[in-house]
Amino acid sequence: MDYIFDNERPIYIQLVEKLRIEIVSEKLKQGERLPSVRELALIARVNPNTMQKALVELENEGLVYTERTNGKFVTTNKELIDKIKKELAEEKIINFLNDMENIGITHNDAIRYLQELGGNK
Amino acid sequence: MELLECKRLCKEFDGKKILKDINLTIPKGKIIGLLGKNGAGKSTFIKLVNDLLTPTSGEILINGKKPGVDSKEIIAYLPERTYLDKEMTIKQAINYFEEFYSNFNSEKAKKLLKDLNLDINTKIAKMSKGMQEKLQLILVMSRTAELYILDEPLGGVDPATRDYILDTILSNFSDGASVIISTHLISDIERILDEVIFMNNGEIALTSSADELRNSEKSSIDDIFRRYFKC
Repeated sequence: MDYIFDNERPIYIQLVEKLRIEIVSEKLKQGERLPSVRELALIARVNPNTMQKALVELENEGLVYTERTNGKFVTTNKELIDKIKKELAEEKIINFLNDMENIGITHNDAIRYLQELGGNK
Repeated sequence: MELLECKRLCKEFDGKKILKDINLTIPKGKIIGLLGKNGAGKSTFIKLVNDLLTPTSGEILINGKKPGVDSKEIIAYLPERTYLDKEMTIKQAINYFEEFYSNFNSEKAKKLLKDLNLDINTKIAKMSKGMQEKLQLILVMSRTAELYILDEPLGGVDPATRDYILDTILSNFSDGASVIISTHLISDIERILDEVIFMNNGEIALTSSADELRNSEKSSIDDIFRRYFKC
């Protein structure tokens, strides 16, 4: 996972976004124990406090949970993961359709192109 | 009790006010960027905290005490210019630190130096500038301190060395310690900062959480700094 940050947005939000994708794409497996905050911070090359803040946010979303004395784990709640995956997909599709509209392609045409190209992939 | 507290701190040289009425608290467990242009008063402030200068008026408290023997034990300071005798070898520099500081971990220093493939019998004078900077940082970060004060740790080194320096800071500061990094090279360093302090003309112009500032201004700390201090 690459950790290149855009300095114009809060770093912790970018960490939340990246970790969320790791979880919904199951690069981080359900029920997997996460490395310690300090280790995660070193991997991402950020301040441990910033990583901590990101993990608190993911915990609020329910994607991560803490087992007292044992560390943090990825949720095993499949429904939640699917729901968040769908939300992320929706967001990307809306952005895509808006981009298409900006270059003068209607939604129906965009869908048709998608089917054509998707079929080739 | 705060780790570091300044109350109405002033410093004058020959009647010229270099620091004007600085009020500041630094809590435990934070990485703080002390940001300002050349001549803003950053190094003077740092020297006062390290007991290398005395305040004209006002007060500095480190764990509730004035700078002195006790504070030197808990502060690991990387000065802007080297104070190591360049005729020393790396090994001699390690021995020197070991003698001076009870909290210096020579095993840690040796390990970090080994990762750089440095032979400890090398004379400091024979090392490149970048390597000398790395050696000094390793010596400072190998102390188990409560406060690390790094004055321009990125000055004059290439971008790859800057990354090494940032990583070394992040992976080696003690749990619960705070780090103050003074610099004008903001874009390289801003991702590791919790808090920023902007200094200008001997005054504190702004203090904020780095992420809150990015969020409210919708731009990088570097851009905010440039706008703030536009000449």
